[in-house]
Amino acid sequence: MSLKIKRNIPLIDQHDKNFMYGGKFGGNFIPETLKKPIDDLTKLFTKLRKDKKFLNERDYHFKNYVGAPTPFIKLENLTDHLGGAQIYAKVVSEANGGAHKIYNATVHCLIAKKAGKKYIVGDTGAGYAGKMLSMAAKKFDLKCKIFMGAKDIKRQRPNVEAMKKNGAKIVPVTTGSQTLVDAVSECMRYWVSNCDTTHMCVGSTVGPNIFIKICAWSTAQISRELIKQVYEEFGRVPNKLKLINCVGGGSSAAGFWNEFINTKAQLIGVEAGGPNNSTLHAAPLTNGSKIGILHGAAQYVIQDKEGQIGSTESISAGLDYPGISPLHCFLKDTKRARYTSASDEEALEAYQLVSKLENISPSLEPSHAFAEAIKLAPKLNSSEVIVVNSCGDSLKDKDIIKQKLGSYIR
Amino acid sequence: MKSKITLAFDICKKEKRPALITYTVAGDNTKNNSLKILNELSKHADILELGFAHNTPIADGGQIQGSSHRALKNGIKLKDVFQIVKKFKKINPHKPIILMGYFNLIFQNGENNFLKSCKSSGVDGLIIVDLPYPENKKFANKCKRKSINFIQLLSPTTSKDRMKKIIKDSHDMIYYISMLSTTGGKLKVSPKKILHNYNAIKRINPKKNLVIGFGITDKTISSLKSANGLVVGSMLCKTITESLKMRQNPVTKLGKVVYNLKSKII
Repeated sequence: MSLKIKRNIPLIDQHDKNFMYGGKFGGNFIPETLKKPIDDLTKLFTKLRKDKKFLNERDYHFKNYVGAPTPFIKLENLTDHLGGAQIYAKVVSEANGGAHKIYNATVHCLIAKKAGKKYIVGDTGAGYAGKMLSMAAKKFDLKCKIFMGAKDIKRQRPNVEAMKKNGAKIVPVTTGSQTLVDAVSECMRYWVSNCDTTHMCVGSTVGPNIFIKICAWSTAQISRELIKQVYEEFGRVPNKLKLINCVGGGSSAAGFWNEFINTKAQLIGVEAGGPNNSTLHAAPLTNGSKIGILHGAAQYVIQDKEGQIGSTESISAGLDYPGISPLHCFLKDTKRARYTSASDEEALEAYQLVSKLENISPSLEPSHAFAEAIKLAPKLNSSEVIVVNSCGDSLKDKDIIKQKLGSYIR
Repeated sequence: MKSKITLAFDICKKEKRPALITYTVAGDNTKNNSLKILNELSKHADILELGFAHNTPIADGGQIQGSSHRALKNGIKLKDVFQIVKKFKKINPHKPIILMGYFNLIFQNGENNFLKSCKSSGVDGLIIVDLPYPENKKFANKCKRKSINFIQLLSPTTSKDRMKKIIKDSHDMIYYISMLSTTGGKLKVSPKKILHNYNAIKRINPKKNLVIGFGITDKTISSLKSANGLVVGSMLCKTITESLKMRQNPVTKLGKVVYNLKSKII
């Protein structure tokens, strides 16, 4: 039986009583100790999302602190260069801090305050989730600890420096592959030991159900802005509108698409395909990985036959994760979204082309989405519209880009 | 018919002492040694927990992670874990063995398939760290039908209401997590406080065998000996790590450690 999206129910609420999307994805596969804190957080969030005062507070901070709305611009030069569909960008990297992670971080800090917690911990891969959480924690006067893989600490220096400046304690994670997957595990382990005093922020739409909900609910701000901007520009949602977004954990894509679920817009997610000559990748949806349990949720996940989580490889630390949000597994199985991947090389080329032609310079994560746009646009009619979520700025990838291409342009 | 787990508790009660329950990881530090370790431990321990390693554990502390890492590096697979149990049971048919691990391995193996292997190798019980109540009801019932104990966990964060429900649906043994911690954390709650919580749980149903785990070492074990059972895990994993470092035989070393632990609770 094929899965269906129920109309008039928000995407994050499309789960059953066991918090499973389509009866297959998500849930709460957690140690007993976390049952109560997760239950408490679920109750608090259920209350807060209906609370007008809280919503006003959120909107106030999104406007004055995050900087809403972020620009929606036409990429004239790229469009001319490719000679097909009209290409637009939602420049989410203009948000305070330089990426979409600020939405989730801000909301988690607001919730932590409401819960009376003084400490907040979070995981990070590319360093954006950590940077934003440290920023927001500083603003809202919370003590902050960030778990980050030792390999990622090395390859995402600028964000590490930013976290330190914000007064966060960075805990290097040296277990396993020393990347995001291990950072999330270590952060959860820390929370198991400190859940009485500490609030946990999961950096993407992954983990136990409540973290998926809070994150997607927060990043939904992107599409609330975008749908207005699309109406202002075109007077309607254009026919065959394509919304292209990179997916690692899937938080920016979930937010970019949320308000368009019930429109005819085509949703295209681009996973990290890894290097051209490698068998490793971070694209469980594209490559048909089986359902497994990772970090408390059932999802398509890169794993071996036994159920050991598999290694990944990607030039983009933010997409370098073996799993994928249960929301995206659900969107894939309902066929509401289509998923593909771009290789490291394609992402680098896309970064180069966009940075050369336009005033924006996407980081390696959204460069995966641009790679797909660059592939598609020439095949399409000039009446068709593509919007890419440019959800991060290349500055943080300066070192990697220099190393791979010899020079860095922005 | 009484389960081997219940029988083990019955003996301990007769001897007026808690059951000593050990935890080691299958395949640590090798498949062969792992079996030798079980044989050695069984001389003094009443129930043996055997971990099947997962590479993305969300509730294990450093020591157990280290053991799991060694086991996985040795290429341990589920079929090897069952082999180890089978060989152990040939020599020690009455000693209960409880497998402990994360759900994804069972999920990939197939629940029924996994239970079949449990049955044929002689596994007596299961602890699944990330399959809490009530999500575990269906699987726990499957276990029951196969006469395999599904061991429910309780923690200091478990509400009284929830405890009542969990205890009602529990089998022959319940595991109380002593404190908010991953495994192997330093005991950060006083034994008095732990026993206070323990007794409150016992009052809900005095007949159920309730064991305490997390943070128990040779230093803390005697202060908790009024419990039905006490689990020592990380300390044993640490012993293996240290004896490997010192190029000593982990088997004989563990024998001494577990003898010492036992002497503190009789």
